[in-house]
Amino acid sequence: MIAQPEPKPDVLARREEIIAGLRTIVPGGTIAEPLRLKPYETDGLTAYRQVPLAVVLPETTEQVAAILAFCHANGVRVVPRGAGTSLSGGALPLVDAVLLGMMRLGRILEVNFADRYAVVQAGVTNLSITQAVQGSGFFYAPDPSSQLACMIGGNVAMNSGGAHCLKYGVTANNLLGLKIVTIDGEVIDIGGAHLDAAGYDWLGLLTGSEGQLAVVTEVTVRILRGPEGARAMLAAFRANEVAGACVDAIIGSGIIPVALEFMDRPAIHACEAFAHAGYPLDAEAMLIIEVEGSPAEQDDLLGRIRAICERHDPISLKVSGSVEESMAIWKGRKGAFGAVGRISPDYLCMDGTIPTSRLPEVLGRIGAMSENYGLKVANIFHAGDGNLHPLIMFDANDPDSFHRAENFGADILRLCVEVGGCLTGEHGVGVEKRDLMPAQFAPHELDQQRRIKSAFDPDWLLNPSKVFPLRPPAEPARAA
Amino acid sequence: MGRFTLLSGTDSSDRTTSAMQTSFTAEQLRDPDIASSNQVLRSCVHCGFCTATCPTFVLLGDELDSPRGRIYLMKDMLESGRPATEEVVTHIDRCLSCLACMTTCPSGVNYMHLVDHARTYIERTYTRAWHDRALRWVLAQVLPNPGLMRLSLVAARLGRPFRDLFGGSHMLVRRLRALLSLAPARLPPAGAHERPNVFPAEGPRRYRVALLAGCAQNVLAPEINAATTRLLNRLGVEVVIAEGARCCGALTHHMGRHEQAMAYARANIAAWSREIDAGGLDAIVINTSGCGTTVKDYGFAFRAEPEPWRGQAERVAAVAKDISEFLLHIGYAPTREPPNLTVAHHAACSLQHGQRVTTQPRDLLKKAGFSVVEPAEPHLCCGSAGTYNILQPDLAAALRARKLANLEAQKPDLIAAGNIGCITQLAGGGIPILHTIELLDWMAGGPRPAALRAGTCGEVDTGIARPR
Repeated sequence: MIAQPEPKPDVLARREEIIAGLRTIVPGGTIAEPLRLKPYETDGLTAYRQVPLAVVLPETTEQVAAILAFCHANGVRVVPRGAGTSLSGGALPLVDAVLLGMMRLGRILEVNFADRYAVVQAGVTNLSITQAVQGSGFFYAPDPSSQLACMIGGNVAMNSGGAHCLKYGVTANNLLGLKIVTIDGEVIDIGGAHLDAAGYDWLGLLTGSEGQLAVVTEVTVRILRGPEGARAMLAAFRANEVAGACVDAIIGSGIIPVALEFMDRPAIHACEAFAHAGYPLDAEAMLIIEVEGSPAEQDDLLGRIRAICERHDPISLKVSGSVEESMAIWKGRKGAFGAVGRISPDYLCMDGTIPTSRLPEVLGRIGAMSENYGLKVANIFHAGDGNLHPLIMFDANDPDSFHRAENFGADILRLCVEVGGCLTGEHGVGVEKRDLMPAQFAPHELDQQRRIKSAFDPDWLLNPSKVFPLRPPAEPARAA
Repeated sequence: MGRFTLLSGTDSSDRTTSAMQTSFTAEQLRDPDIASSNQVLRSCVHCGFCTATCPTFVLLGDELDSPRGRIYLMKDMLESGRPATEEVVTHIDRCLSCLACMTTCPSGVNYMHLVDHARTYIERTYTRAWHDRALRWVLAQVLPNPGLMRLSLVAARLGRPFRDLFGGSHMLVRRLRALLSLAPARLPPAGAHERPNVFPAEGPRRYRVALLAGCAQNVLAPEINAATTRLLNRLGVEVVIAEGARCCGALTHHMGRHEQAMAYARANIAAWSREIDAGGLDAIVINTSGCGTTVKDYGFAFRAEPEPWRGQAERVAAVAKDISEFLLHIGYAPTREPPNLTVAHHAACSLQHGQRVTTQPRDLLKKAGFSVVEPAEPHLCCGSAGTYNILQPDLAAALRARKLANLEAQKPDLIAAGNIGCITQLAGGGIPILHTIELLDWMAGGPRPAALRAGTCGEVDTGIARPR
C-alpha cells in the first residue's frame, strides 16, 4: 500500500480537451481508450498499478517538446517511460498524468569510432548500442540485466549499473552528452562528444534524476574498445558467508575482475533450469567471476583468483571452456529475476549497496531475518560492487505473508544503511523506496534535494510522486 | 494522510506481487482452457524482456503490440468473460505467433497456449466485418485442401496481371493484392505425396517413418516432399504417407477455428496411430516447421479429451520430429564434392522458437559442404506466419523487406529455410530460396534443385561423385 498525490480535479475534468490537444501534437500516437490504457498501468514492479490519463508516443524531440509545453501550460503531470522495465516503479503512472512513452525514439543517430562515441535516441535499447558497434570491436559498457529490453533514456534516469560495472562504472561514468527537454518545452544540449563539459557538472546532476528534472531525448554515450578476450569462472561454496568472505578477499587483494556475481542455492537452481549453464547444484553459494584481457592476462588473473578461492574451502572451481559456455553462464545470471518466477511467482526484488567488507556479516543477518520472518530469500547480486539484490519470496494468496515480505525488505535496506551503505544500487528509488528515504537522509537533506527539483520544475509536474516521501501539499517544497 | 489517495491494484485485492495477479472465479477455472491460461498468466513477472524481440513491438513501438501488452489485454478479456472488443482483436490479430517471446522469456511463460486460447475466444465471441469473415472463411476452407487450393491458385494466377487494378487502401483491397502477389507464377502438377503411399527404403530398411505430406506445401512445392523421400529412402528409411492423414490443423488453429483444427488433428492422430500399431513408426517426420510446432503440441491440445485420444495424441507428439532433427539422429553424409556455395540460413520461427530446433539445420548444411552464414536479427520473423501475410499485409511487407535486407547483406548465393511459408514469403527477392532438404538431398546424390537450375549460382560442377 502506498500513498499517491491527490489527482488534480481540474485535470480529470478536462480529460477530453487534454487528449484532443495531445492528438494534434502526435496524431498517430495518442492512446486514450480505457482498454488500451490498462496495459500501461504498471512497469517492471507490478506491485503498484495506476491507469494513466492518456499515453502519448512521440517520435521526435520536437514532439516531446510540444507535449511538455502543452502539459506545462495546462498544469498536467507527466510520467516519462522507456521500456517499462523499472523494478522500483519509476514509470508508475498517475491517474491524472500523461504517460510519455519514449519507445518510438529508437534510432541510432551517429557512431564515431575515431572519437569513441555514439549518439542515440532515448528509446534505443541498451543492448542494441553494443550490437551496433560490436562488429568493429566496440561495446557500451553498462549492462543491466534487462539490457536486452531496457532503453538508454531510462538507464540515464536511473543511473543503471550491471554486472560489468565493477570494472567500467555505471551509466554516469559512460555518458558524454544529453539532449533534454525541460517541462516548459525548452530543448537543451548538455555536454557533447568530448570528455569534459565546461561549467557545472549538469550531466552528473541529470543522471539518476529519475525523470524528475527533464526528459532525455538523445544520449551521447562513450563506446569502448572490447577486450581481447574474456573468461568466466564458476566457484561453488558451502555457505553464503564463505562466498561473501571470498568476494571480500578478492576485492581486498586489489584484483578488479570485470564482473563478480553472487548467487545462492535457490537462485542457482532457478537459473540453471532456465539457462542450462552447468551451475553447481550441490552448492550453497556460487560466484561468477569474469576476467578479461590477453590470454596471458586472463591466465594470470584466474590463477590468482583461484588461489584465493581455494583458501575458502570451495566445493568446485570451473573455468568456462568456450564462448558458448560463457554465454550460457551469463544467460542464467541475466535472466535471474525472471527465472526465480519459476520457484515462486511472488517475490519482492530488493536493491541496496553495502561496503564489500561487510558482505559476510550482512548475508548472515539476511539469513537470520529470513528465519525470523518465515520467508525464503534468494540472493542474486553484483557482489564486487556490494550491490545486493535479495529476492524475498512470499505467497500472494496470503496477505500476512506479503506484509511480512514488505517489512523484511525494509529491514534489509535499513541494514544496508546501518553498515555504511545505501538504499539503492542501480534500480533507483522510484516509488518503491520513496518512503524509506528518511532512513538515509535527514529532513533538511531531503529538502535540499527537493529544492533542486523545484528549480527545474517549480510546479512539480514531472514524475512528481517518486523519490521523495509525499508530504502534505500545504507545505510544498519550493525554491526560496 | 487525508489528502492522499491510497494506491492499490485495480482488481479487488490490494496484494503486492511480482507475478501477474489474476481474478478468475472458481466457476471460470473449471474450464480447462481458462485454467491453463490462468497458469500461464500467473507465471509472467512482467519483466518486459519479451518486448525487445517481438517483431511488432520493434516495428510499432507500442506496449499494446508487444507480448507483455497482449498478455495484459488477453488477461482482461478472459477475466471479464465478456465478448472480445475491437481494441483487443486489433492487437491480437497483429501478433504473428512467431513465439520469439517464448525463446526470450526467462520465466517460461507459455505465450503460445495463451494466445491460441485468446484467438479461439475471439473467434467465438467477436463478429468481424463481413469481408474479414468472408476472407477468413475462404482461407480456412482452401488452404488445408490441396484440390481447392490448386483450383484457387489457377484462378489467382489468371488474376495476377490484374492485381494492380485493385486500387485504394481499403484493408480488403490490400489483402487481395497480397494474396495475388503470393500466388506462384508456375504451378507444378500434383506429386506422388498427395495420396496414401509407401516409399520403400533402398537396401536394407533401417527405419520406418510417416511423413506429414502437408497441404499447402504439397501444392506449392511438391519437390520438397520428393527430396525428403528420396534422401530418406537412400539412407535406408521407409517413408509412409498414412491413409487419412491431412492438414495438421495449424492454419485453422491460428485463425481461432478450434473445432476445425481439432478435426484435422484427430484425423492425423487416428491415421498415424494405425501406422504405429500396424508396422511401428520410428518417427513422424515433418519438413514444414509450422506444422511441426502444431503436431508436437497435439498432447496439449488433447489433454482434456477422453482416452484413447489423449494417450494417442501424446504418443504421436512424442515421435514427431523435424526432418533436420531426424537426419542428424540417423546420420547424414554428402556424396558430392563441396559445391563452393554460400548459403544464408533463414531460421523459421516455428523451428527456432516453436520447436527450439536451432543448430541442426545449420550443422547439416555445413556437413553437406556449404558455407553457412546467418543474417543479422535472426530471431525476427519474416512476416509469413501462416495466413498473416494475407491478413496483415502491411506489417508482413515491412518484416519481409527487413529480413531480405538482412539476408542479402550476407551476400549469399542462395537462401535455405525449413518452412514453406517463409520460402513463399521471401521468394522473388533476387536470391534463390529453397528448402534445406533440397540442398541436403542434392549433395547426397539427388538432382540439382530446380530453383538453382536456371540461376547463375553453382557454377562448380557438383555432378562428380566424391570418391568413397
